[in-house]
Amino acid sequence: MKQHRLKRLYGVLFIVFCSALAFVLVYFAIRDNVNLFYSPSDLFENPPQGRNAIRAGGLVEIGSVRRATDSLEIEFIITDLKKSIAVNYTGILPDLFKENAGVVATGYFDKSKMSLDAYQILAKHDENYVPKEVKKALEK
Amino acid sequence: MFKTLKNFYHKLGSYPWFYKISGKVIPFVGVFSISLIIISSIWGLFFSPTDAVQGDVYRIIYFHVPAVSVSQVIYYSMSVAAAVFLIWRMKMAGVYIKSLAPIGAAFTFIGLLSGAIWGQPTWGTWWVWDARLTSTLVLFLFYLAIIGMQSTFASRKSADTAVSIITLVGVVNLPIVKKSVDWWNTLHQPASISISGESSISSEMLIPLLLSILGAYLFVFFTGLLFMRAEISTREQNKEWFKKLSSNN
Repeated sequence: MKQHRLKRLYGVLFIVFCSALAFVLVYFAIRDNVNLFYSPSDLFENPPQGRNAIRAGGLVEIGSVRRATDSLEIEFIITDLKKSIAVNYTGILPDLFKENAGVVATGYFDKSKMSLDAYQILAKHDENYVPKEVKKALEK
Repeated sequence: MFKTLKNFYHKLGSYPWFYKISGKVIPFVGVFSISLIIISSIWGLFFSPTDAVQGDVYRIIYFHVPAVSVSQVIYYSMSVAAAVFLIWRMKMAGVYIKSLAPIGAAFTFIGLLSGAIWGQPTWGTWWVWDARLTSTLVLFLFYLAIIGMQSTFASRKSADTAVSIITLVGVVNLPIVKKSVDWWNTLHQPASISISGESSISSEMLIPLLLSILGAYLFVFFTGLLFMRAEISTREQNKEWFKKLSSNN
């Protein structure tokens, strides 16, 4: 490569390096907020201070869902298979909400009871796509 | 081998050669890409099986995945072109970036929009500030910045140089878009298609998906050639070869 082009190549690499450095610094500045939610283990290890809303995520524990008969109130347990926290919520749930499926709950955390007063429930779906018929056949 | 490659590279930089060849290729690529998109859409919407968890909503995958896939690859290719422009001062690279940026922006927008429409019934929200969605929005903003910068310079050369630099700055964001779902807790699920391992999407659903992705890439190739020709004809309208060409027709 000719001398002046080599110089410009270093220039190009320098731009990419500086920009990568900028992204890394931004990441370090916001690293506590990059994760969308805390897992139950995170909440046990490091309970959030104050009354700010937080998000907790994990699997809906099998058999933990309790629905009220006369209202939209619901209680369930979020688990990451190591620790678990209780969640209560009043409102309409997304279609994909079910037991043993991923969920992200936003709300206010009560440290004394290790429970979450949720005002939003989001369902998390996984990366598996299986035809309905195949799944039915497998379950038989 | 190296010599033919080098020869091809030099030819690629020549406006008249590119104009002639692209004119011949465009009709074939156009017909092929649009028929692939139609076939894969019909296959995906009507003939591929219903998903066990999501039901029929999942069929939006046949638009969402191709769109976001090309939006990332277009940006990678633009940053290669940016490096070529800055190092070798190849004008064609400037034409490439200017022509492909609006296509990339359009596909990123389709990806964000189809993702929102998909997210509402399945997740329960149109938008969430998780790492995948936010970094894709950043990608979209880089595209807009590139498009906007094109017209802020008096000379073509300084515009192409500045645009190349901003393109290179944004390339760092792409690995973040790709790996965000593995590095952090996100609402967005990890990738279903794997090149090295086994895909977590069943083959009856995967085949039309791969066809739709191929269709999208060919469509980018088709529109990219069209836009580049348009850009060349604006830049070269007063040049001898171009006048000769238009007087012949």
